[in-house]
Amino acid sequence: MTVDVTVSGSLRNRLAFILTGGAALLAILLFVVVRGYAARIAQEGQDNILGASVSSILDAAVLRDGAVELDFPYASLSMLSTSADDRVFYAIYEDGTLLSGYDGLDVQLPVSVGESLFISTQYDNATIRVATASRTLIGADKPRQVAVSVAQTQDALAETLNRISRNVALFGAGFFALATALAFWAASATVGQLSRLATSVTRRGPQDLSPFRKPVPSEMVPLVGSLNTLMSRLDQSLKQSEDFIAEAAHRVRTPLATVRSYAEATFQRVEAQENRDALRSMMRAIDESSRAAGQLLDHAMVTFRAENLERQEVDLDELLRDLVQRMTPVADMRDVALHLERTGPAILYGDEVLLQNAFRNLIDNALKYAPSESTITIRIRTEPRLSVEVLDQGSGFVTGEIGKLAGRFVRGGDTQGHIGSGLGLTIAQDVATAHDGTMVLSNRTEGGACVTLQF
Amino acid sequence: MKYLLVEDNPELAKAICSRMELDGHQVDHANKISDAVAFAQTGEYDLILLDIMLPDGDGRSFLKQHRAAKNDTPVIVLTARSQVSDRISMLDLGADDYVTKPFDHAELQARCRAVLRRKTGTSQPTIRLGDVEFDPVGGHLNVKGATLNLRNRELRLLELLINAKGQVFSKQKLVDRLFSYDDDVSENAVEVYIGRLRKHLEGSSVQITTLRGLGYRLDHDG
Repeated sequence: MTVDVTVSGSLRNRLAFILTGGAALLAILLFVVVRGYAARIAQEGQDNILGASVSSILDAAVLRDGAVELDFPYASLSMLSTSADDRVFYAIYEDGTLLSGYDGLDVQLPVSVGESLFISTQYDNATIRVATASRTLIGADKPRQVAVSVAQTQDALAETLNRISRNVALFGAGFFALATALAFWAASATVGQLSRLATSVTRRGPQDLSPFRKPVPSEMVPLVGSLNTLMSRLDQSLKQSEDFIAEAAHRVRTPLATVRSYAEATFQRVEAQENRDALRSMMRAIDESSRAAGQLLDHAMVTFRAENLERQEVDLDELLRDLVQRMTPVADMRDVALHLERTGPAILYGDEVLLQNAFRNLIDNALKYAPSESTITIRIRTEPRLSVEVLDQGSGFVTGEIGKLAGRFVRGGDTQGHIGSGLGLTIAQDVATAHDGTMVLSNRTEGGACVTLQF
Repeated sequence: MKYLLVEDNPELAKAICSRMELDGHQVDHANKISDAVAFAQTGEYDLILLDIMLPDGDGRSFLKQHRAAKNDTPVIVLTARSQVSDRISMLDLGADDYVTKPFDHAELQARCRAVLRRKTGTSQPTIRLGDVEFDPVGGHLNVKGATLNLRNRELRLLELLINAKGQVFSKQKLVDRLFSYDDDVSENAVEVYIGRLRKHLEGSSVQITTLRGLGYRLDHDG
């Protein structure tokens, strides 16, 4: 009765995915922020040197005899030397006209005097950083404005930035890897609680409907709570139906027992054949109905339990010994001997209740068909396979019917005069099948029927 | 033999009592657990027949009290339940056996006999008649010092005749008592068992007399 549950994603994967995604975003953010910050710091460093260079050149400018004179301080350029051999450009303007240096640096003057302006631009197919500052020289005639620009390519800066980026990227990747591992661990640990709950529910025996009492995380309390409610409802309804069946059986069987007891007592007293026949039919009908009811219940139970075997180690030797002892009084009544051929312990991992039911039905059957003063042998074999044979000395199965007898409500052609419902062999067969075994019917060469259950 | 029947259905109780008395047994009847406990305490019963559903509780609680009181009178449960698990739990609680209602009286008798045999072994009183000693529970017959085991039907036949010695039993009556109503047997089958018993009793002071047209009777010398 297993129903396939529709699967919609995995809680674990979903959780791991969200956590990993978050970690990836964080890693990228980290990379961008750290790299940006490093770039700014590096740029500030370059700007400071460029600024210093510009102001040292400006400081060297003087107004002599009405003309701007500038004694170029070479140190102001040498301070710009870098490991990457960056190129340096300069330009000196007097009132906006190029006085000396490289043309085309495309410089805008700062808004106010005394301030430095830094811009990045393209020059000679390279990105350069240009620092510009101006100064007003006041002479005899009119003031002159001198502006100086110093520019430098950014190879060394780019190299530093690349190095920093590499390190930050490595650090980000490491962070991501660690975070991913943590995400999977966290997801597994969280979902593990669910698996543990599932395992402990699965491990229960089919009859165990007691509430789940182990401590669970608070988020699972509603789930476990409703599981417990469901189980207690199930338990209650099972108990109710069990009580109902027991009560119903009691109500039906007690009056039947009364009728049968009276019929039997009367049967012993009356002489007239007519009355005796009537009483005989009455007793037979009562026995038929009682037996059919019992076997139908047995069959229902076997069908129910076969899907959910309550397996344990069962010693067939012990089980059959008890059963034989229990059935001996009935066999004695007919002067039939029950003989158990034992070989020592015969352990089968199976459902004791079902196995007992199957063997009881088989021995019951044999008892019905065994002639008076004969022997029914129950033989347990452990080699080559574990099997139990029930052998009688009756007339055996009718050849040609053997294949059909295990069917539901099928009775053999030689069963007139015997009470039965046709479920005994069905029950035995179902029990064997539920234990991955088989039932084989055959006739013995020395006469009599043989039913073998092989496991 | 003295029985205590614990059964709340008066009709069934009456039917069982009358059927048991027909076999020559003495039966006291209790219809609830409290009465049953009081009766059982006297300890004078050979066997207790116990119904499971009783007005003042479950027969299983009687079983518990009974066993707790260290009373070892055997108990056979009369149950309406046929489920194996119920039967197993009944035996676990200390019942010696059970029969499912409705039951065959011959089967009930057979189970009583088996339980008594298991419980008391050879301590049961034997019936002595002349130089014949008969143990109806163990199924032994001792004729002039030689013991032999009787088959079940031989045993029942001898018990029947010995318990009502001097009384005449028709063949029909004997068939009814020895065979199930379902066994297809002729009255001649009885002759086989009478013949066997006569052979067992040969040379003793007990003999089975044939009364032509009437039946059989057990007589003994002295």
